[in-house]
Amino acid sequence: MSFKRNILDLRKRKKEAQQGGGEKAIEKQVAMGKKTARERIKAILDENSFHEYDLFVEHTGRDFDMEKKVLHGDGVIIGTGTMYNHPVAIYAQDFTVAGGSLGLMHARKITKIMDHALKMRVPLIGINDSGGARIQEGVNSLAGYGEIFYRNTNASGVIPQISVILGPCAGGAVYSPALTDFVFVVENISKMFITGPGVIKTVLGEEISMEELGGAMVHSEITGNAHFFAKSEDECFEQIKKLITFIPWNNAQKALKFPPQEPLPQRNIEDIVPIDPHHPYDIRDIIKAVTDGSDFFEIMEYFARNIVIGFGRIQGNTIGFVANQPMYLAGVLDCDSSDKAARFIRYCDAFNIPLVTLEDMPGYLPGVDQEHAGVIRHGAKLLYAYSEATVPKVTVIIRKAYGGGYIAMNSRHLGADFVFAWPTAEIAVMGPEGAANIVFKKEIDEAENPAEMRKQKIQEYKDKFANPFVAASKGYIDEVIEPSETRARLIHSLEVSSSKVDPRPERKHGIPPF
Amino acid sequence: MEENNSKYQVFVVNSGMYLSLSTKKYDLRKKWHKSDPKEIRSIIPGSVIEILVTVGQKVKAGEVLLILDSMKMYTKIEMPYDGIIKSIHISQGDRIPKNTVMLLIE
Repeated sequence: MSFKRNILDLRKRKKEAQQGGGEKAIEKQVAMGKKTARERIKAILDENSFHEYDLFVEHTGRDFDMEKKVLHGDGVIIGTGTMYNHPVAIYAQDFTVAGGSLGLMHARKITKIMDHALKMRVPLIGINDSGGARIQEGVNSLAGYGEIFYRNTNASGVIPQISVILGPCAGGAVYSPALTDFVFVVENISKMFITGPGVIKTVLGEEISMEELGGAMVHSEITGNAHFFAKSEDECFEQIKKLITFIPWNNAQKALKFPPQEPLPQRNIEDIVPIDPHHPYDIRDIIKAVTDGSDFFEIMEYFARNIVIGFGRIQGNTIGFVANQPMYLAGVLDCDSSDKAARFIRYCDAFNIPLVTLEDMPGYLPGVDQEHAGVIRHGAKLLYAYSEATVPKVTVIIRKAYGGGYIAMNSRHLGADFVFAWPTAEIAVMGPEGAANIVFKKEIDEAENPAEMRKQKIQEYKDKFANPFVAASKGYIDEVIEPSETRARLIHSLEVSSSKVDPRPERKHGIPPF
Repeated sequence: MEENNSKYQVFVVNSGMYLSLSTKKYDLRKKWHKSDPKEIRSIIPGSVIEILVTVGQKVKAGEVLLILDSMKMYTKIEMPYDGIIKSIHISQGDRIPKNTVMLLIE
């Protein structure tokens, strides 16, 4: 008899707490084009799989009349559920409750679910929608952020950490997403910055809108903070659901294997690449010509477009692709493309995902801005990441492989397991034009017709060095292959490497050129 | 004390004002301003291979304006939106650095 009363009481309490900030606040949230925290969790997880914890947690603020306020769940929802029937941990800040502001108990809830995720070795998804620190709670809210960052760092490379920015994420709050593996943003909804437009205008006189300063596209295209850009929350959730199919649940596992598929018959792979090395093409067409079902899931599509990174499958296994993109900035390496590729390589290495590198790269971008921006230390990250990676590493040189870039793009010298080259490959210390000027300087200067002599010498250099056979004669290239053989060679070399063991010296950790 | 202070600048951080020295990099920073959509600027250094438009010409979005040889690659510079070529600031054969205003459109 009395049981029923208790159950009814529980139901009532639950219902009340689940309302979050109440009807009015929810209306406001919806008017901004946003879903509620609970709807977002539901949209990401398998149907009816969500289990919530800490629903009845209350805030501990006692100053500034805070003790009189009820903040349901303290502005954040935490719990576990499944995606494709595999367990995941998730939290979502609830903007309808005190603007999703982070106080001590709010942070405790987040760190609780983070601890669970790490202990249980399951992915962690964090949905950020918060006005920032709860000022009334003072240093307690700073403590909360710090404890989240500490756990993000501890979990890094052990479990996948996904951040979804679905509202403001400003000040210190931005550093939790920045410490995670993948950051998802949505147009007109996501806003990330350390210092807002108002302060920037007062202090520096720079006038800029919120969207131009820290909107979704800015972080996708300019800053490189975001990995996935979507036009709506629904599109964003689809992206998360697709990403999760490519990655393992933790660093002791491999990604789920899918039934192998042939690439879709498209254009002949040889017809994708123009014969004249001066002409551009889309390297993603080559990737799609070798992946299962021609499926390629690109990461950071808009940032440093001169290099392409992303996941595809070969014979059902997830592969991380790194490829120079001749269509943008001639495919050069620079500060941003080195950063982009280096971090992705470290992700793949941490989560047992083999790497395939497709190379068509004329060298490093020249310019004062690059040198002063530190292209030396940024470029070094790429060398470090490739050298450090112990997952299977296969390279295919399509066309240009010049100078330092040849070394950097997973060359044999940095520990590549297999290096293939198309017969169109040009592997040399520098391009024919520049090289001829140096090597044949005397002949050109002293010739009756220097321009003619120069032309002749460029051709001479081209014939001699702008091909894969010099490198092949030293064993730096394992095999010169026909373009149509590319997928078959990748399948075989990855199969051979599937139990690869490549120990490194024992150490606490290396010191990459951050 | 007064004299020593003269080498310090005022920095405003988090609504507080602080006297401090500047760094060379900080002094060299450029003020942010909105990019002008009427300017077609080079995004990579290179030499001008061919200019395919003339002043006064009506050009549709996506049409090729000029070809730049940069980093051993012919890069086509396309019209960003429908418009008219107002002026051309480069000639065939020019070697231009990054961020050069090549054309003005309207």
